This record gives sequence, structure tokens and C-alpha cells, in this order.
Amino acid sequence: MYSAILFLPLIGFLIAGFFGRTLGHKASEIITSTLLVIAALLSWIAFLSVGIGHGSPQTVNILTWISSGDLQIDWAIRVDTLTVVMLVVVNTISALVHIYSIGYMHADPNRARFFAYLSLFTFAMLSLVTADNLLQMFFGWEGVGLASYLLIGFWYQKPSANAAAMKAFIVNRVGDFGFLLGLCGIYVLFDSVSFGNIFANADAMKDTTIHFLGQDLNAMTTICLLLFMGAMGKSAQFLLHTWLPDAMEGPTPVSALIHAATMVTAGVFMVARLSPLFELSPTALEVVTFIGATTAFFAATVGLVQNDIKRVIAYSTCSQLGYMFVALGIGAYGAAVFHLFTHAFFKALLFLGAGSVIHAVSDEQDMRRMGGLRKHIKLTYAMMLIGTFALTGVGIPGTILGFAGFNSKDAIIESAFAATNSMANYAFAMTVIAALFTSFYSWRLIFMTFHGRERMSPDAKAHIHESPAVMMVPLMVLALGAIAAGMVFSSYFYGHAYDEFWKGALFTGAENEVMHESHGVPVMVKLAPFGMMAIGFLVAVVFYLLSPVIPKRLAERHNWLYRFLLNKWYFDELYSFIFIRGAKGLGSLLWKRGDEGIIDRFGPNGIAARVVALTNRINKLQTGYVYHYAFAMMIGVAILITYSMLSGGTH
Amino acid sequence: MSDWPLLSTVVFLPLVGALMILLVKGDTAIARRNITNVALWTTVVTFLISLLVLSQFDADNPGFQMQEKADWLGASISYRMGVDGISILFVILTTALMPAAIYASRNSITKRVKEYMIAFLVLETMMIGVFCALDLVLFYLFFEAGLIPMFLIIGIWGGQNRVYASFKFFLYTLAGSVLMLLAVMAMYWDAGTTDIVTLLAHPFSQQMQIWLWLAFFASFAVKMPMWPVHTWLPDAHVQAPTAGSVILAAILLKMGGYGFLRFSLPMFPVASEMFAPLVYTLSVIAIIYTSLVALAQQDIKKLIAYSSVAHMGYVTMGIFSMTQQGVQGGIFQMISHGIVSGALFLCVGVVYDRMHTREISAYGGLVNRMPVFATLFMIFTMANIGLPGTSGFVGEFLTIIGVFQVNTWVALFAATGVILSASYALWLYRRIIFGKLEKESLKGILDMDAREKLILVPLAALTILFGFYPAPIQSITAVAVENLINNYQAALSAADKLALLAQ
Repeated sequence: MYSAILFLPLIGFLIAGFFGRTLGHKASEIITSTLLVIAALLSWIAFLSVGIGHGSPQTVNILTWISSGDLQIDWAIRVDTLTVVMLVVVNTISALVHIYSIGYMHADPNRARFFAYLSLFTFAMLSLVTADNLLQMFFGWEGVGLASYLLIGFWYQKPSANAAAMKAFIVNRVGDFGFLLGLCGIYVLFDSVSFGNIFANADAMKDTTIHFLGQDLNAMTTICLLLFMGAMGKSAQFLLHTWLPDAMEGPTPVSALIHAATMVTAGVFMVARLSPLFELSPTALEVVTFIGATTAFFAATVGLVQNDIKRVIAYSTCSQLGYMFVALGIGAYGAAVFHLFTHAFFKALLFLGAGSVIHAVSDEQDMRRMGGLRKHIKLTYAMMLIGTFALTGVGIPGTILGFAGFNSKDAIIESAFAATNSMANYAFAMTVIAALFTSFYSWRLIFMTFHGRERMSPDAKAHIHESPAVMMVPLMVLALGAIAAGMVFSSYFYGHAYDEFWKGALFTGAENEVMHESHGVPVMVKLAPFGMMAIGFLVAVVFYLLSPVIPKRLAERHNWLYRFLLNKWYFDELYSFIFIRGAKGLGSLLWKRGDEGIIDRFGPNGIAARVVALTNRINKLQTGYVYHYAFAMMIGVAILITYSMLSGGTH
Repeated sequence: MSDWPLLSTVVFLPLVGALMILLVKGDTAIARRNITNVALWTTVVTFLISLLVLSQFDADNPGFQMQEKADWLGASISYRMGVDGISILFVILTTALMPAAIYASRNSITKRVKEYMIAFLVLETMMIGVFCALDLVLFYLFFEAGLIPMFLIIGIWGGQNRVYASFKFFLYTLAGSVLMLLAVMAMYWDAGTTDIVTLLAHPFSQQMQIWLWLAFFASFAVKMPMWPVHTWLPDAHVQAPTAGSVILAAILLKMGGYGFLRFSLPMFPVASEMFAPLVYTLSVIAIIYTSLVALAQQDIKKLIAYSSVAHMGYVTMGIFSMTQQGVQGGIFQMISHGIVSGALFLCVGVVYDRMHTREISAYGGLVNRMPVFATLFMIFTMANIGLPGTSGFVGEFLTIIGVFQVNTWVALFAATGVILSASYALWLYRRIIFGKLEKESLKGILDMDAREKLILVPLAALTILFGFYPAPIQSITAVAVENLINNYQAALSAADKLALLAQ
């Protein structure tokens, strides 16, 4: 069954990819979507048996991959609760996105290719989450990178899409650079890269040092930080986040699947999977907490002022990923995966809802040219509202009654308060402030899009229509998840059924009491996120419903701050100046000055000039250089032979 | 059948084909066609026979197999052939790529077809000979003589600036080979034989090892090519005809790496250990420097040529790490690079045959008219980048993990290559393939025909197969490499003991 879950999407990719043109678009759509639906159903069965039920964790071996000396790496499937949670997330969202895309992409001339890429992505993501060793994880890791590159650049005639695709791949590679070195470190330390061996011996390596870059460093900290660099790239964390907003150049279903629900959470998954290692290095966990908290805050501030509907959601994703890393950093792995799980539903819902909006207003994405849509597309409005409730965390404090985000996000904030990590207070402050911003930008999005004056072009206005059922049904399924996922699964992921559910898939050290502490935090702490959400909502109501002049005036009065946020803290400009222009400039310099200016000038060209001068003077051997060459070689061989003949007797 | 000199057959069969071509008279269209067919069939049959060699090869035996011996020049210099787990794959690589190179030339070469095909067949004999020779003088003959046909191929059928390019090629290799010849003579003088098997066991004095190592290094480093003696390669590639580039990148560059494995490491272990830091430094500079230079290129072939230099940096780094992973990875990287870079140059040939330009700026938006080409070029680009699931990854990964165990600084710098290679390769792809098809000259361009697909699809299949399942290559090299490393370590500890005794 596990092999089927993994390989069905691959089969879909191969069929649609190779025979898409022969089969036609319709057939490709149906085949890939059907296979994904089957895979999704199987995933839920696996989830029920391994997670909720008592199915035992197991490993399914498939094939030897790389074998060299002590290094033995297999293709294998590792099945435990963490895997099945990810299987459910990936396959459910992917199946829904496949179906949704049948409607969304109905006019695209390259639909078969699109569905092939979607299935390829799903396969790569599945091989990432089912990996039994770090290298297979790296395979999936890079595989989703490839799929993401292909899908962002799907509309290859758009220069901006091509640029965004390249940027995504290359920035991710910066993270992969760390991942690869961390992987090498793991091998040096454990003589193996398979999870089973690593986890079994992790504790013994707690205080080992590794000789890295001329220094003896704590092995666990060094390795975890290197691996975390990979996670930062894939999950678009602060400093390596620049690719994610640009990735919105891809079709909207892609944004929902890859850049919200699944691929970007791979970094979270990785740290959770490697919890037996990270748990041994307090320093690494502090760094994770710091980066996560900073991202949560930073991305939320940028989200406040963006006007592109997809970019707002993209920054929101970035910010929510920051929450997940905060949870990982403070040792609340269950909360992190729980938020990953719920976030997948409501963020995919928001993205697909945004897609429905974009579809309705003739591919317009700028919210300044929307407004008043709630009367025209009522169902989409309802779906977006549910998504917003879930994202901002609407619920009744003190109980588990609430939308999905309420349970998981509040769990993180409460854990941050309860944690003992030296970065915990910073993380608590940042996540609470970010909760305020989250609520504000989410409602700002709703009000600018669905309320107020209708600011569409007359042409677009005439064409406003609700999306077809093939798009709306997936939205409804996701809405169900966004409403109920938190309440239903809260006790399993991060509650009293924690141990029976995870069965050791997430490792926590003996002194890690974050979960228990977090349930007993003061009432004020429990109320804080709720209060922030309410304030954010009210401010948005005032700014965008009651007196829309206020935000304009604010922007004018604090122009520098507004521009700073609108330009995303000027990271793109900075990176472009340092890295892109730097690398190109250095490349030209080395080429013109290094290769041609020094090596060639003093090497071959210099010698050539002498030789040419010489041969011109002799002027006899100008028949061609080959003959010189052959001649020189013949003389050499002749000398050698003569020598051997002469000395033959002496030996 | 077992007595039949199979290796010699593989080596000299192309020469027989060349003789047959010599007999074809005239320069009509039919004659040209016949010549090409003879050349093609010769290489195909050679390939099939080389597969027979592979099937008889015993991967568990670390020594040389299918040995042949005949008297040649007196008692001490003789004709000796044999293959082991290190060399056999290069033989197969050569025989497998030759049909592709010949077939790719069928429509693009119109002048002096006869001489062209003869040059290629002679070249094949020389290249296979290099990998099979078990006598130093024989090796030297094949090694140096192989350059003559390549020199002619660039100088006669090359582009506009072919004379400069072939001259540069000549100067660099001459400098290296003169030194190597001296070393060969010195080795003969010291050991009294040029039999490689005997020489492998011969202990050279430390002083001598250093000089010999440097002399061989001069030749192999040029061939690799290593920084800073790499500047002949971009020019040679740019000027060479497509098939010439393919063979140059896929096979001639591998002779340097093979030389290190066959001579430098096992025969001069003390010197190898001593000079390893030098090799690391040059490798790392090659990886970073040439990747940056590749970023600045405006000519497709030059860009791929520079990326080849960077990839060879991984090979030298891996080989001199002298770990099982590093050496096996280095060999794997060479085989993989042979397939991938060969295929990339063939891809360039596909568009060059249509547009007659290699300027990147002359292209753009090809995917609109050439979807099959775009797909195949994507596969090879990704393999060049070293994406897991393609053969390019396995070698890169193994060399990095191999060298990480010895020196983390080297691994760190080498790993930056994964970022840089993605940058130049994807940027190239974007400029050529993606975008709108706006250039007037490209509007009528046709996608690949059946012949071009027949050449490139098998290479793409191999690239992906070895990415997912590298075992066929790894299992052949495993025992031979283990043996190499064990002997190396034994020699080093023996030398240490000797040094202690001398004190």
C-alpha cells in the first residue's frame, strides 16, 4: 500500500508527461486526478491505522541506491506517524488541487504538461516525507525544487515568471549547500545516513566534537545548523525568504499546493524528523527559535501593505512558517506539526479562494482594482471568510472550540510562553505581535476584495462570475478541514493522546516539559492571541470600511516606513546588488583579466608569439603544426627505442 | 573463443574501418554516404564487441583481466593489453559515444568527409588503446598519437578561429607530453621495464617520486584540464565541430583523470600524498573560478566548456581524497560527465546546424517551436547542475562526501559549486529556451528529427537510469578502487617506516 501511495503520482506524471499530447488534455487531467484521489484515500487509511490506530511503524525497502565502501544508501519508505501525517497533508491537498485545476486551467493550451508537473511534484514531495535516510530526503528535497521551478515558470513566455523560477531554484540551492554539508557531517559522525542508525546512536554523540573548518566544534550543533540552513531555504525563512513572494508568478493552484501547503513546510518536517538530533543541541534550537520568530514578525509587517492578493497570502505563509519554527525551536515539535497540518488546509483554502477571485475578475490580482465582490461571488466569499477565521484563529479561549488555526497557533504562542529556551521570550513577543498583524492584513484582504466600492475595470465587471463546481467542491472540502481539523485532532497532535499518537516519531528529551507547561499558562497568556486578533480586526474595520482615508494619510505621514515595508525591507535590492551583480562582475573580471589577461597572455599566446616569430624566420616548416608535433613525438619515441636497445644488454 | 584477443580487436577494429574507407573512391554524394555508413557500422560493431568484453569482465577480481602480451621492442618494452575495474568503463564510454558522434556528423560535415571519418576512427583506436595499454611506452604512444587526429579535426573542420584554437591545444599538450616522456624514460631507467603491472609494484624512491609525479602531473593536468592550464579547452571546444567537441569533452578529458588513477596515485603514493593539498587548491579554484567565468559567457559552447572544467575539479578533488567514496565518485563523475557533456554538446549541435551561430543572444523562446529539444536539453541541464535522480548528482555527492572526510574546507568550497552551477546553467536555459519566440530568424526553426532523437534519447535514458540506479557502475569500480586504496595506504605506511629507520 505504501508503495502505491508513493508511486501512483509518479505513474500519473509518466503517463501525462510522455503521452499527454497523444491522449489529449481531458484524459491527462482525469488520469492524474484519479490516481491522486486514490493515493489520498490510501493515505487516510494509513493515517487511521498507523496514527490513530495501533499499526506499527515499519520500513519498506525498494532498491539499493548508492553503495560505496561503508556508505550504503537504499531507496526505502519509512512509515511512522510523522510520515502518515505528511502523507495525508500532501495527498489530500494535491488531489484537491488537481481537481480544482481542471476548472482553473481549462483554457490553457498546455494543460497536460501542467498536470504532469503537478503529479511530478507530488511524487517528489512524497519521496521526501517517506524517506528513510537523509540522502533520499535530499532527493525529494531537490525534486520538489525542480517541480517548483517548472511550475513557477509554467507560463514560460512571461519573463517575470522565468526570473522567479530561477530565483526560487537558486535561493533554494543556497540552503541545499548547507544541507549537503550537514549530510556529509552526519556520515562522518555516524558512518551512515539512514535515520534508524542515526537516531539509535545520537545520544552517544551528544558531546562529540567534529573538526570542521580548522576548528573543533560541537558536532551536533554544527550539523544541526548546517541542516537547518537547508530548512531555511526550503521554508523561506528570514534571509532566504526572497524567492517565495516571487514564486506567486506561477498559476494559483501551484501557489496553493507548493508554496503554501506542502513544499514550503518541508523544512519544518525536516527539523521535526530530526528532532532526536536537534533536541541534543540547545544552541541549534535557539537559532531555530530566533529565525522563526524573526520571520513571523518580519513577514507579517510586509504583508500589511502589499496590494497583490497573492503576495499578501504569500507573506502570510512565510509568517506562519515562522510560527512553526518557533514551535520547533522551543521543543514543541507536536505543536509545529499540528500547525503545519491545519495551516495546509486553511492556507490552501485561502489560495484557491484567491484563485477563484482572480478567475472572477478576469485575472486581475491587484486588490486596488477589486472591491464589493461579496455580492457577486457569494460562495467564494463564504469560503474566504472561513479561511480567514481559521488563519486569524477565531475560537473560544480556554476551550478547544474554534477554527483550525485557533488550536494550533495558540498552542504555539502558549508553548513559547512556557518554554525555557533563552529565545523563548523574544519568540513569545514576536508571535503575539505577529498575531495582531495577521488579523489586520487578513481582514484588510477581505475588505479590500469583497467590500467597499467596486473598482474593477468596466470590462472585468461585466464578466464577473462564480467559479464552476469543479473548483468550488475542493474549496468546500478544504473549508471543512479549516473548520474542524483543529478541534478533531488537537488532543492527538499536542494533547493528552500525544504519546499514543506519535509513538516516538517525535523525540523529546527527558527534561522537555514544554507541552505540559503550556497547558497551564496564565489566563492572560491564553487571552493574548484572542485579544490581538480582535484588535487587528477592529483596526481593519476602521481603516478599510469606516474611513478609508486613514491608511492613505498614515502612509503619507510615515512615508519612509511605508516604502520600507512595501519594498519588503529592500532585501531584493540588497541581494541583487551584492550577489547577482557581484557574481556577474567577478565572472567577467576573471574571464577577461584572469583567463585572457594573465594566463593566455603569459602562457600560450606569449609562447605562440615567440614560436611564430621563430618559424617565420626559419620559414621552412610552415606546412602545419601537426607535423611539428608528430615530428617531435617521433623523435621522442626514437630516442626511447634507441635507448632501450642500447641498454637492453645491461639489464 | 577465450583465446581470441578481444581487447586488441576492440582497439584495432576502428583502424580496419578506416582502411575500408580509404578504399572508397570519389567524392560524390553516394560515396560520402557510403563512407559515413562504413564509419557508423564500424563504431557500432566495436561497441557491441566492447560489450562482450564487459560481459566477460569479473568485477570481483581487482587485477587486470583479459591480458594480452606480445613481444615488441626487445625484451623490456612489449605489447601488453588488459583492463581492470577502473579502465573498463572508459573503454565502454568511448565505444558507446563514438556511434553518436559519427551519426551526429552525418549532415553537418560536407567537405572532406573521407578524411574526417578516418580521423575519427583513428582517434577511436588511440583512445581505446590508452585505456587498455599495460605498457608505459604503448600508453604513451596512444596517449600522444590520439592528439593528432583531434588536432586535425579542430584545425580542418573547425570554425573561423580554428588555427588559433588548434595551436593553443598543441602548445599546452606539447609542454605536458615532453615532460611525461622524460618521466617515462626515467622510470624505465629505474625499474628496467615499462610493464605497468610490474611498475605498480616497483618502489620508487621518494625523491624520484616527486619528480615523476610532477612530470606526469604536467601532462594530466593539461588534459583534465585543471586550472590554470585550462584555457585551451574553451577555445578548442568553440572551434571544434560538434562531434569533435563531444569526443573532446566526453573522452579526451577523462584521460587525465585516468592517468592520475593509473600512474600518479599507485606508483607515486608518497608524492601524491605530499601534493594532495596542491591538487585540492587547484580543484577548488577550478570549481569556483570557472563557474563564475561560465556565468559571464555569451557563447553556448564556451559556457559548457567552462562548466566542464568546473566538473573536472570535482573529479581531481575526489580522486586525491583517496577515500572509497571520493575515488569511486571521481570515476562516476567522469563517466557521467562523459554522457552529460557529450549530450550537451550534441544539443548545441542540433541548434547550430539550424542557425549556424553559437551566440546565446541569437536564441530565445525555442520551447515554442522545439518542445522535444527543450525537454531533452532540460534533462541534461539538470544533470549538469547535479540534480538528484540524474547521474550528475551521484558523482558530485560522492566526491564531496569523500573529500569532507579528509578536509572540510575543500568540501565547503566545492559545495558552493552547487549554487554556482545552478546559476549559470539555468540562466543559459532561460536565455535560449524560455521566453517568447520573437526573433525573425527563429520563426521557422524545426524540432528534432528522428536521427537526432535516436542519438539523444538513449543518452537521456542513461542519465536518469544511473541517477536512480548507479549500481552497474559502482559495482564494477568497487573492488578495483578498494585495491587501489589499500595498496596506497600500504605504500604510505611502508614509506613511513623507512623514514623512521633512516633517522
